[in-house]
Amino acid sequence: MKFITNIISIALLLFVLQACGGESADQSASNSNETQEQGLSAFELEHGIGPVSERLAVDAELDEEMINRGRNIYEMKCEMCHNMEGRMVGPALGDVMERRSPEFVMNMILNPGGMARNHPEGQKMLQEYMTVMPFQNVKEDEARDIVEFLRQQAENN
Amino acid sequence: MNKLKSKKLRGLLLGAGFVAIAAFVFTGCPTQQNMLDRGDAAQKVYVAPGEHDEYYGFFSGGYSGQLSVWGLPSSRLLKVIPVFSQDPETGYGYSEETKPLFQTSYGFIPWDDSHHPHISQTNGDSDGRWIYINANNTPRIARIDLKTFETKEILELPNTGGNHASSFVTSNSEYVIGGTRFSIPYEQDLDVPIESYSDEFRGALTFIALDSETGQMDLEFQIVVPPYNYDLGRAGKGPSSDWVFFTTYNTEEAHTMLEVNASRNDKDFIAAVNWKKAAELVRNGHGKQMPGEYYHNYYPTNQGYAVSEVKNGVTVLDTRDIDEDFIYYLPTPKSPHGVDIDPTGEYIVGGGKLATVIPVHSFSNMIEAINNGRIVERIDGIPVLDYDATIIGEVENPGLGPLHTEFDGRGYAYTSVYISSEIVKWSLDTFEVVDRIDSYYSIGHLMITAGDNVNPDARYMVGLTKTAKDRYLPTGPKQNHPAQLYDISGDRMQLLLDFPTIGEPHYAQSIRADKIKPNVAQIYEMEDNDHPYAITRINENRVERNGNVVRVFMGATRSHFRPDNIEGIKLGDTVYIHLTNMEQEWDVVHGIAIKGMDNAEILVAPGQTKTIKWTPKRTGIYPFYCTAFCSALHQEMQGYIRVSAANSDVALTWKTGTN
Repeated sequence: MKFITNIISIALLLFVLQACGGESADQSASNSNETQEQGLSAFELEHGIGPVSERLAVDAELDEEMINRGRNIYEMKCEMCHNMEGRMVGPALGDVMERRSPEFVMNMILNPGGMARNHPEGQKMLQEYMTVMPFQNVKEDEARDIVEFLRQQAENN
Repeated sequence: MNKLKSKKLRGLLLGAGFVAIAAFVFTGCPTQQNMLDRGDAAQKVYVAPGEHDEYYGFFSGGYSGQLSVWGLPSSRLLKVIPVFSQDPETGYGYSEETKPLFQTSYGFIPWDDSHHPHISQTNGDSDGRWIYINANNTPRIARIDLKTFETKEILELPNTGGNHASSFVTSNSEYVIGGTRFSIPYEQDLDVPIESYSDEFRGALTFIALDSETGQMDLEFQIVVPPYNYDLGRAGKGPSSDWVFFTTYNTEEAHTMLEVNASRNDKDFIAAVNWKKAAELVRNGHGKQMPGEYYHNYYPTNQGYAVSEVKNGVTVLDTRDIDEDFIYYLPTPKSPHGVDIDPTGEYIVGGGKLATVIPVHSFSNMIEAINNGRIVERIDGIPVLDYDATIIGEVENPGLGPLHTEFDGRGYAYTSVYISSEIVKWSLDTFEVVDRIDSYYSIGHLMITAGDNVNPDARYMVGLTKTAKDRYLPTGPKQNHPAQLYDISGDRMQLLLDFPTIGEPHYAQSIRADKIKPNVAQIYEMEDNDHPYAITRINENRVERNGNVVRVFMGATRSHFRPDNIEGIKLGDTVYIHLTNMEQEWDVVHGIAIKGMDNAEILVAPGQTKTIKWTPKRTGIYPFYCTAFCSALHQEMQGYIRVSAANSDVALTWKTGTN
């Protein structure tokens, strides 16, 4: 009897809570697509956490148009903190595509706050550079263009 | 003991479950409203940390000249938007971009007195695109964009003395209105004896057309009227949408000791203007051109400098010259202050501040009286309608000094009563008072959440009062003006909260948050920065000299300026620092201040460019720094400028870091 009344009580409460609890679901979403996960998958450990959650098809051959678009965004939104050679506010990027995967770089651009908080590599960089990389309102396809530009820089290295 | 506890717990759980399910069955999901109604006053105003209020409230700043933004019902201050007064906190009115907004035909005016904010409307409902507010002293109207919560435009009103009957918009934002509180000679520079008041002084009612896409103002025409004081205004709604209404006092035409001399007549007037007909008369060439210099200040581009356009001349409709009637006087007791139109557009309520009743005119009676020629006299061609023909009710025992009325859309009106310091609730059906509640102390305007439109969302009411006296911890002989928040969802009004405000709020408006929130900008997009001195890529940072004018094209990112070492500035130079915040992250703000600078700081939002002017007076090394705490390395965000003698040969150089 005790058991049954308990079950009924809890079920009633749950029903009402469930039926009416959907309001604040998206309140914690921020413009930088930050995530809260603590346990990371193998993919995330290697390629970062953020909107890019699977491997991308990246042509061996460089795309000139993407490079030009990427350079334009890089100069507008990244260059105040990064050099190609030598550390500045952030790390040098001339060889970043030799060190990181395209997906990792894109996630770093698209979800810098989440990376600094929740990814071991992001945490390591925060320790070293002492500043959280800002989200610069870069769209996902623009981040891909920046990767293409950085691939070209790596080839010229 | 344990058994007892678990029994109790089980009982509680079961009880809670049944209450919840009962509430669910009877009322659907327990909306915040229902849950709140069962709680006490504290629960009703409690908005948990991180959660948002349901309403934006916009309170005029009165003699602060600004507009403050509040979350309701928590009554938390969200922001103070600088409008008519310089604001050293943001650099508004100090930065080169914003200075032109303060230009008038009387020169640069750093202050004004802002009174009646009004949100733009679509189909008689507040649409949350722009909010307009009037300056009373040097007559102007400002437009604030509710995407960025910034003042974007200020228009001066010629031929006006005290733009008090303003800035109310019509139901599809066709016009925003202005009205002269102090009649003056129509030609503003006319040098005449004050004794010539009745002959030389005239009133002006101003109609400013609004662009439906941009909200931008264009002074279309004025109506020249007898030299009374035009006090407040309101646009009609629904069937009365083509009309606007103004109160008048001082029909005695006094020009001295108005306290006594303008309080003699038993009745003054509500002026009813058919703006559609007036606009048609203007289109058909019935207006005449009158002189009148005025300034129109606005931003021609997305970013950059506001411009000041000087205009001269205004189209005027003079009732003495025009045979057709488009304005009528409704006799109204006694020195009426507010004129307020109910959500159906039928009732025109006057706040006869010296009257013993609240007079209610009927719009349909008014139209009938016009059609039946119930005209008792004409003043300068304006028909005065028969009081008995237009009046539909007189609310008895309203208290002493009724001023303003708001409506809940459920058949009740709420009138603020100044002298007896209370709000009276009365029925639009019986015209009888049904409830009354105290104000703390001496109430002026009042406001209902999402009110003054065809479909008010009347959950809460705010009373804007004039003196705080003992309500809060004392802060000297002059205290901030208070406001009270009331719950008006039930039969009886209930006081929930009493809080101090900014400046002296006269009128306020409120709107459901969801009409504004989704449109609010988080950044200025770098791609759209068309400021002539912006840098949109960091390698454009530089210093340019042109004679004695030096321009610094500077970028800011957490946590450095580029350039941050500048040499070659000389005494006699005028230096402009054009600072672009190159960040694109919401709410990451940088500022700049230079030692000894006779100016305010500028705060620069992400993606924005702002300019500060600096004329160094002494040689030496001038540190500058970021005034907004922007990151863990904010204290490192600094630089130096070297200022040399006028005849020195120090070359103009600039650099950052090792570059």
